[in-house]
Amino acid sequence: MAKKRVVTTTINDRQVEFLCQPRQTLLESLRDVLNMTGTKEGCTNGNCGACTVLMDGRPVDSCLVLAVEAEGAHLETIEGVAPSDGLDPIQTAFLENAALQCGICTPGFIMATKSLLASNPHPTEDEIRFYLAGNLCRCTGYDKIVRAVLDVAESREEVSA
Amino acid sequence: MHDFEYEAPTSVADAVELLAKHNGTARILAGGTDLIDQIRTGRFAPDVVIDIKKLDALHRIDMSSDGLSLGAVVPCYRIYGDETICRDYSALADATKIIGGAQIQSRASVGGNLCNSGPAADSTPALISLGAKAVIAGPDGIREVPVENFCTGPGKNVLQPGELLTELAMPSRPAHSGSHYLRFIPRNEMDIAVVGVGASVVLDDSGEKIVSARIALGAVAATPLFAEEASELLAGRPVGDEAIEAAMAATRKIATPIDDMRGTVEFRKHVTGVLTRRSLEKAIERARANTGS
Repeated sequence: MAKKRVVTTTINDRQVEFLCQPRQTLLESLRDVLNMTGTKEGCTNGNCGACTVLMDGRPVDSCLVLAVEAEGAHLETIEGVAPSDGLDPIQTAFLENAALQCGICTPGFIMATKSLLASNPHPTEDEIRFYLAGNLCRCTGYDKIVRAVLDVAESREEVSA
Repeated sequence: MHDFEYEAPTSVADAVELLAKHNGTARILAGGTDLIDQIRTGRFAPDVVIDIKKLDALHRIDMSSDGLSLGAVVPCYRIYGDETICRDYSALADATKIIGGAQIQSRASVGGNLCNSGPAADSTPALISLGAKAVIAGPDGIREVPVENFCTGPGKNVLQPGELLTELAMPSRPAHSGSHYLRFIPRNEMDIAVVGVGASVVLDDSGEKIVSARIALGAVAATPLFAEEASELLAGRPVGDEAIEAAMAATRKIATPIDDMRGTVEFRKHVTGVLTRRSLEKAIERARANTGS
């Protein structure tokens, strides 16, 4: 068995050290070692996006990242999205638009949405659908999710106006 | 997942030495979007995984009078996010925009796409149309292989034990040049090409005559193909239906696709012609807009 490695990384602005084997994915380390089970396991092959986290600001499928590759990286997971006194506007919009049913895909969708809105604060419906193509949902049929994301973008416009 | 050791060398020489030492039992990790799944499903069972992302030179996008030097691990999002690549090497931007979704594009590289050597790889026909060479480092030094000669079969290529792809080198783009890559898929995104075609053209000053062209095909043979005859017969011809139809017939002729759930042989051959036309028309449109300023 390959020797365990120490990985030092920043997760949701906190420095975290953990042990992993080279063959463990970032997803496994988050869920099984760090008990951060907000990030979900779906297909484990990069199709469904349920395990999406942000790595150095970019969305990645954490099932396709080795945990050792996270050395020195800045990670953001669903656990870091809500402020201490409530919800992030993306989370609120998902709730208000009923953009979830079983909820397994939701953390991945919210992380992908966060990354979309960071680079494109006012996406069109088409842009939203293309950007979120790497996230699958088997319950809602996507329309409610897309509407939720449009809502966040619009409410941001009102704030900035 | 299969147990393996992990190494992350910080120089190309160290990477080559490690690869040579493990003589075929190592796999190279770039973006990991193919490799990690292949290890998980048992297609590969390496003793050691060599992460080449600590090699700074492999992250570079260098533009010079010689052309574009693209590091082997540069992920898709940096490629289509580069204005010069979008303008001058459009086919490459087109391809990297449609490989997987945002998550895959954060990690997947064109170098990895080439080394994975899938017949339907989207970025390989784009590279071939742009005349790219694969720069390979190995125990005996550096060698260059034209990308159309890199893949030797599904999942197979010319890399020998101890060798790694470090860079993709593309010649500079003259005035009045344009390129395009497109594929057919039954969905709007996140799918594997049923057929993919990359085309690059150089026009004369009037924009009415083709000086030279390169066409490449994906998903219609065991490897991506350079459509040499189709490319050569376009040179010197006036832009128009006659030239494009001749190229369509020539690309259809060399397509030897398989029948599978994505499409029949007949359908794929037909689509090869259709996409040859569309990629050429878009490349010509871009070439006319590109005055070389």
